[in-house]
Amino acid sequence: MHDKTIAELSAALAARELSAVELTQALLDRIEAHNGTLNAFITVTAEQALEQARRADERIAKGEAGALTGIPIAHKDNFCTAGVLTTCASRMLHNFVPPYDATVVARLEEAGVVMLGKTNMDEFAMGSSNETSYYGPVKNPWDTERVPGGSSGGSAAAVAAGLVPGATATDTGGSVRQPAAFCGVSGLKPTYGRVSRYGIVAFASSLDQASVIARSAEDLALLLQAMAGFDERDSTCVDLAVPDYRAGLEQPLDGVRIGLPREYFQDGVEPELAKVIEAAVEEYRRLGAEIKEVSLPHNALAVAAYHVIAPAEASSNLARFDGVRYGYRCENPRDLEDLYMRSRGEGFGTEVKRRLLIGTRALLAEYYQDAFLKAQKIRRLIHNDFIEAFKQVDVLLGPTTGAPAFRLGEKSADPVQMYLTDVFTIAANLAGLPALSLPAGQVDGLPVGMQLIGRHFDEARLLNLAHRFQQATDWHTVRPQNFE
Amino acid sequence: MPLRPDEVETIAHLARLSIDQSLIPEYARDLSAILALVEKMNTVNTDGVEPMVNPLEAVQRLRPDVVTEGDQREAFLAIAPAVEDGLYLVPRVIE
Repeated sequence: MHDKTIAELSAALAARELSAVELTQALLDRIEAHNGTLNAFITVTAEQALEQARRADERIAKGEAGALTGIPIAHKDNFCTAGVLTTCASRMLHNFVPPYDATVVARLEEAGVVMLGKTNMDEFAMGSSNETSYYGPVKNPWDTERVPGGSSGGSAAAVAAGLVPGATATDTGGSVRQPAAFCGVSGLKPTYGRVSRYGIVAFASSLDQASVIARSAEDLALLLQAMAGFDERDSTCVDLAVPDYRAGLEQPLDGVRIGLPREYFQDGVEPELAKVIEAAVEEYRRLGAEIKEVSLPHNALAVAAYHVIAPAEASSNLARFDGVRYGYRCENPRDLEDLYMRSRGEGFGTEVKRRLLIGTRALLAEYYQDAFLKAQKIRRLIHNDFIEAFKQVDVLLGPTTGAPAFRLGEKSADPVQMYLTDVFTIAANLAGLPALSLPAGQVDGLPVGMQLIGRHFDEARLLNLAHRFQQATDWHTVRPQNFE
Repeated sequence: MPLRPDEVETIAHLARLSIDQSLIPEYARDLSAILALVEKMNTVNTDGVEPMVNPLEAVQRLRPDVVTEGDQREAFLAIAPAVEDGLYLVPRVIE
């Protein structure tokens, strides 16, 4: 049952072929067996999960179940969970037990999901390999010598290895799509403002978005349905009706216009990986879509602008960690300043400190104009590129990453090399657009992700395109050998 | 423009981050490499471009200034590193 999709498990639960308690226990056993190897979970909430599963079985018996009732999921460890450790994979929050739930957590709980635990991630979601976690790196289930991607590496690895059928994630510059690509699963970053971020530990507030990982587009639709919608507790959450995502999945693709951004097929894409994407494009042509080349001329500047805006916002957001109200506190502070300096210096890891320094610098009066404002101007140019492209096409398609998963340690000594792995994912965050990564094939036995980017609030179209591809192909059903 | 070690120390102090003295040169090197990447922004002219703050061009939503949360003092104090008599405890500020 561990390799089934949420839609399949939901049907089995409804038909009483399986109980939520049986399903939960089976997956808890798998986590027990494999988490030592993968390090995908920071916290496993076995007792609470079984209790939630019992309640789900009651709801099912009473005929009060929805599509997600009794479905086990995991939450990335930057979602606040009342009474359950929420570390953000940082020493700073190694002891933080939030007194409240994130809106996403509460909504999914209302829908009847069973939380199995909290997944590992890059510290404060700052990373592309899951190597910056205070709790050690997550391993890629396809090759445990390789990274699972980041920052949502634990969620992606857990779903790929069959430890859980779906998981929450976040995406600030590619943090759901890149690990989904590296682990051979499907991941969706919704439009900025589509899903509430209340109770998600903030990284870069003009970019962050709650996201989701699963094994199929249909499952992404089911989870997004429960997560999306207005929340007055998040001032950036948009008050806009949520469509029925599952209803649109089967829509035929005849006449849908897919744009291939020229810049996504040039430098930085391995030839073998490009072939996989080209084959996927052919599949879409067979499904009736029209293919057209388009251009995003400022894409090459996206990584640069991002690494000003994101750290600047982070330096402001992470100012709240002061060693006074919650989280890590240094031993024997000399005075209040020493308490701040050492609690933060000892509580944050190297990559977080690098970004806080870069961000603090970008906001200094003497650099503000040339750094922060300049980056925000480039952000508009990048946004305008997309608006122009979407006058000609409905969806953009390209590789999620230029290469499959790299080896542990391969890029961790060189932050710039690490940053450049997000060259195809960052622009969608700068423009606030929804984007989805789905498995499109393999290179040397490693999964390859294809990225679809849509217009603002056009998640339904991305899910439709991904679903039709998954009906026509079976790349999304291929599982890593050692975790079958 | 490479970052000098003394600049790293100044910024670290502004960010209230203690950094081990022996690691300052390493930070200076890595931060300089990141700034070199960021400098790529200067290859495009942005005169007259309006800075983009919010990707949806949204403005901050306001709400009536009324109390919506109940008292959660106990819950918040319970997760603090040091409290006394219902107050957060920090080192003496005024000698």
